[in-house]
Amino acid sequence: MSLDVKDIPASEAGDLGGIDHGKSGIRVLKNNIATVLIWAAFLIALIPLVWILWTVLSKGLSTILTVTWWQKDQSGVGAPGFDTNVRGARHAIIGTLEIAAATSVIAIPIAVMTAIYLVEYGRGKLARGVSFMVDILSGVPSIVAGLFIYAVWVTFFGWKLNAFCSSLALVLLMVPVVCRSTEEMLKLVPNELREASYALGVPKWKTIVKVVLPTSFSGIVTGSLLGFARVAGETAPLLILAQYTQFLNYNLFSGNMAALPTLINVNVPNMAGDQVSADRVWGAACTLILLVLVINLLGRLIGRLTRVKS
Amino acid sequence: MGKRIDVKDLNVFYGDFKAVEGVSMTVEPRSVTAFIGPSGCGKSTFLRTLNRMHEVIPGGHVQGKVMLDDEDLYAPGVDPVAVRRTVGMVFQRPNPFPTMSIRDNVIAGLRLNGVKNKKVLDQKVEESLQGANLWNEVKDRLNKPGAGLSGGQQQRLCIARAIAVEPQVLLMDEPCSALDPISTLAIEDLIGKLKEQYTIVIVTHNMQQAARVSDKTAFFNLEATGKPGNLIEMDDTQQIFNNPSKKATEDYISGRFG
Repeated sequence: MSLDVKDIPASEAGDLGGIDHGKSGIRVLKNNIATVLIWAAFLIALIPLVWILWTVLSKGLSTILTVTWWQKDQSGVGAPGFDTNVRGARHAIIGTLEIAAATSVIAIPIAVMTAIYLVEYGRGKLARGVSFMVDILSGVPSIVAGLFIYAVWVTFFGWKLNAFCSSLALVLLMVPVVCRSTEEMLKLVPNELREASYALGVPKWKTIVKVVLPTSFSGIVTGSLLGFARVAGETAPLLILAQYTQFLNYNLFSGNMAALPTLINVNVPNMAGDQVSADRVWGAACTLILLVLVINLLGRLIGRLTRVKS
Repeated sequence: MGKRIDVKDLNVFYGDFKAVEGVSMTVEPRSVTAFIGPSGCGKSTFLRTLNRMHEVIPGGHVQGKVMLDDEDLYAPGVDPVAVRRTVGMVFQRPNPFPTMSIRDNVIAGLRLNGVKNKKVLDQKVEESLQGANLWNEVKDRLNKPGAGLSGGQQQRLCIARAIAVEPQVLLMDEPCSALDPISTLAIEDLIGKLKEQYTIVIVTHNMQQAARVSDKTAFFNLEATGKPGNLIEMDDTQQIFNNPSKKATEDYISGRFG
C-alpha cells in the first residue's frame, strides 16, 4: 500500500488528523535527492574498478588462456623484438606464491600471537606501546620496509640477497594487517564465553586455545588470506630485494627469483614498441588479479565452512 | 557432596573502589541460599568472590576470608583455577560454547581439563543431562550445536555443563532473568532437585523466586550510590519474607523501594 503524498493537496491535509503533508512533501523530496546522490556516488566509484578490470582482462585474458603461459618460464628471452614468443610466467607465478607463502608462515603466527596478547593479556604501558608500534608499522611505506631489510641483510651482515629477503620485508607489511584484523575478531568473542570457561576451572591459556580461537577462527583465516593477497601484489620491496630472473627457481634461499610484479616491471619499458612485451605485462597483471581473486574466494569458502553455526 | 561456605568479614574491591563491605555469613551444605537486594548493591559481585571469578576483572581483589568447609579459598598458594572446579557457576545469560555440539558442551570442562576416556565422557554426558532435566529433550540430537536450543534449554545445558565437573557448590547469577516463565519454572524445579547434592547460592531480582526456591535469604543493600554495599540481614526465607528484623528489608520486600 502506497499513498503518494504529493497527490494530497496541503489544504486537505488538515482533515487527516492534523498531519501536515506539506512538510512531508519536502522530506520526500530530500529523500529522493539523497537517494540519487548516493547512487551516483556508487556508480562513480564503480567506474575505475570496472575500467581496470576491463583493461586488464581485454588485454591479458588471451595470454593467460594459453597452456604455455602456465607451463614455461621466460628463459631465452632476449632484446625486445628479438624474441617473438610470449612464453610463460611459471617462474613468476611460482615465485610470487613461494614468497607470499614464506611471508605468511612467518607473519601469521607473529600477528595472531600479538593480537592475542593485546586482546587477552595486554594491560598498561607495554600493551599501549605494542599497539602503537603496530599502528606505526602499518603506516611504514613498503619501499622503506625493503630498504630496511637491505640495510640489515646486505649492509650490516654482508650476506647475498635472495628471495627470502623479500619475504622478510613483506612480513613487516603483513604483520600489522593480520594483527589488526585478528584483534577485531578476538574482540567479537563475547566475554561470557571466556567467563563460562573460567568458571569450569579451565586455565586462561586453555580458554584462549580451545574456546576463544575456535570461535573466531573463520575471521582469523579470512583476515590472514586478505593479508596474503595484499603481499602477493606488493612490488616495492621486490624491486630492491628480489633480482628478477627469466628462469624458474624453486629455492627461496639461493639465487634470484622472479615474481609477477617484477615480471611486469621488467617488461614495461619495452611495452610501447613491442606487442610481445605488452602481452607479458597484461598477462602477468591478469594472473595477479586472478590469483588474488582465487585466494579471496578461498578465504570466504574456508570462512563459511568454519563459521560458528547457530 | 556439598560443602559449607563460611565468609568472614569480606571486603570486595574493584581497584581502589570498595564495592562490598564487611560481609560475614554461613551457607549450609545442601541448601539453597538466595541473595536479594536492589541493583548495584553488590550481591553479584559478592557471589563472584565465592569462586574467585571476581579476580578475572582487572583490579578485582578482596580482603577477608572465604572458607569452604575448612579450606580458605584466598589462602596464599590456592590456585583460583582449582577453586573454580570445586565451585561451579551459572550465568545470567545462557552461554553455551557456540563452536561445540550439545555433547561437547556438557563435557567441555572435563575435556579441557584433560579427561579423554570416551566411556567416562559418554556416561558423564547422560548423567549430567539427566541431572539438568534436559536428557529427554536432547538425547536424539547430542551432536547438534548447543546454540540451536531454546533459551531455557540452553540455560539447563549450562547447568549440565557446570555439574559435569562435579563441583561442591553451584553459584547462580540471576539464572532465570533471560527466560520465560515456563523455562523459569523448569529451572526452579531443577534447583529443588540439585540441592539434594549441591550447595546452591542464587542471586535473583525476583522475590517470588527467592521465596519459592530458597531455604535462606540474604538481603543486601547500599546506603547510597558510590558507597559500598553490605549484607543487611540473613535468615530463614520464611522469616525474611514474613517477619524481617530490619526496617530496610521490610521496605524492600514490601516494594517500598528498590
